[in-house]
Amino acid sequence: MDRVPILKIGDVLLVSIQIDMEDHVALQLQEDLAERIVVTGCHGVVIDISALDIVDSFVGRTLATIASISRVLDAETVVVGMRPAVAITLVELGLSLPGIRTALNVELGMDLLVQERMLVPMNDGDDESHD
Amino acid sequence: MVKSAPAMDEYRAGEAAVALSTDEVSRFADLLKGHGDRLTDLWTEEVARTLRGRLSQAELQRQTAELQRAFASAASAGAQDLGAEAASELRALLSELTISRARQGFTSTETAVSVYALKDAMLKILEEGETADGSTLRDYVAFSGFVDRAALYTFDAFVRAREELIADQAEQLLELSTPVVKLWEGVVAVPLVGTLDSARAQVVMERLLQTLVDTGSPYAIIDITGVPAVDTQVAQHILKTVVAARLMGADCIISGIRPQIAQTIVALGIEFGDIATKASLADALRHVLKITGSQKLER
Amino acid sequence: MTERIEVTADQDVVRVRQLVRTVAVGVNLSLVDQTKLVTAASELARNTLVYGGGGTVEIGQVQNGRRAGIRIVFTDRGPGIADVELALTDGYTTGGGLGLGLSGARRLVDEFDIDTAVGQGTSITVTKWCR
Repeated sequence: MDRVPILKIGDVLLVSIQIDMEDHVALQLQEDLAERIVVTGCHGVVIDISALDIVDSFVGRTLATIASISRVLDAETVVVGMRPAVAITLVELGLSLPGIRTALNVELGMDLLVQERMLVPMNDGDDESHD
Repeated sequence: MVKSAPAMDEYRAGEAAVALSTDEVSRFADLLKGHGDRLTDLWTEEVARTLRGRLSQAELQRQTAELQRAFASAASAGAQDLGAEAASELRALLSELTISRARQGFTSTETAVSVYALKDAMLKILEEGETADGSTLRDYVAFSGFVDRAALYTFDAFVRAREELIADQAEQLLELSTPVVKLWEGVVAVPLVGTLDSARAQVVMERLLQTLVDTGSPYAIIDITGVPAVDTQVAQHILKTVVAARLMGADCIISGIRPQIAQTIVALGIEFGDIATKASLADALRHVLKITGSQKLER
Repeated sequence: MTERIEVTADQDVVRVRQLVRTVAVGVNLSLVDQTKLVTAASELARNTLVYGGGGTVEIGQVQNGRRAGIRIVFTDRGPGIADVELALTDGYTTGGGLGLGLSGARRLVDEFDIDTAVGQGTSITVTKWCR
């Protein structure tokens, strides 16, 4: 089964969604992230959706749930890279993604987390990838 | 390059009346192929007369021969009317011819007449033939119908090409009149000028949002100094743009709100909610710099 | 000429998205309109699966004079919708979540028709035209 990879970069977990996810893959990501947050003790999550050409209500719900679960686990989530066409469609759809922080790209997302949470700045030797 | 040619469906309707019978089609093919060169020469002569030297003889000969071959293959393949599948290459060639002639400055009539001239050439050939009788005349009438349709097709192709050109230009105009300017690190500005209808608003919205992504600018200042009137529709468009920008992780400030516009907004009951509004672009920029400056201080 | 997809599992919803995208590109729908249509199709295909117990999706090109468009029909033999008016109201949901299914999808397309009755299944037809 396709699993969305989660990368640890310093105190942040980076998720880059590259595929058109089936619903159960999205749910699996939710579970995997919760587990990784606890295991790594990270305080930030960046979800990069720049490769998604649509975000429907299911994905929207999943992102919102991820943000809520992360917050309970003491981590802040930022969703980055939303495409203009997707944003315009979400506005028309009436989906507002409540409780989700967003930023234009991974870099700005990281900046936001550092600002908000006074996160430990990234150390070069601290990366580890997870499949 | 022809982006689109008149739809086949439009030609199907009303074709039945002028369709050739299978026998006529094969006689048509025989005529076109059997008298090949002579027909081409006669045809070219006719056309040359109308175009009056604006096209070289060699080029004209080449175009005519190509057209004739296309008519011949369509007829050999059994195309009983111009809308037939077998005539698709002929239609494509007619479109190409129309476009290139239009580019060279020929009118649609001149192009159509170039096609019509085939009839004169055919008539001459038929008259020269041994048996010029009633059946020959009937054939001629049938073939003419086919050629007429082909000439009309070029008119349609011409109109389509012009419409596409106009649409392209309108789009370019739209783009030119909605510039997005990078004002500072992380701040872009969109000075809106003129009336904002639905179509324009869409384009502006999309361009603004795309620029935010391309430049990585978290702030956009939408300046409406140049917008003469703001009605509910315009306000809706601006609001949607701001909401979309926020979804993406950027924020917008609206500037250039004149006193009359402010009154209209309040009177219409339009809620800008928590969207920052400033009187001038300068105020808006100052506002953004303050926010980003204080963000930097916190680090 | 229509293409038909049987929707019986998660991956079929993805297939519907991808096929609608392909047809939309073929008909030269603008990027934003493509995104809206694919998003609506995703919502409705998922409904067919989740609420309708599975069904079919038929996608075809249509013509209105000179304008080309896409018509998609979502059919299921599920329980049907008892109160269509209510289901079409913003914010309504039976499944928990942001509840924007039908009304949201309706806003994303040009024409929206729903044919349903309790115990008779549901058929939804949507159309989007090129501008």
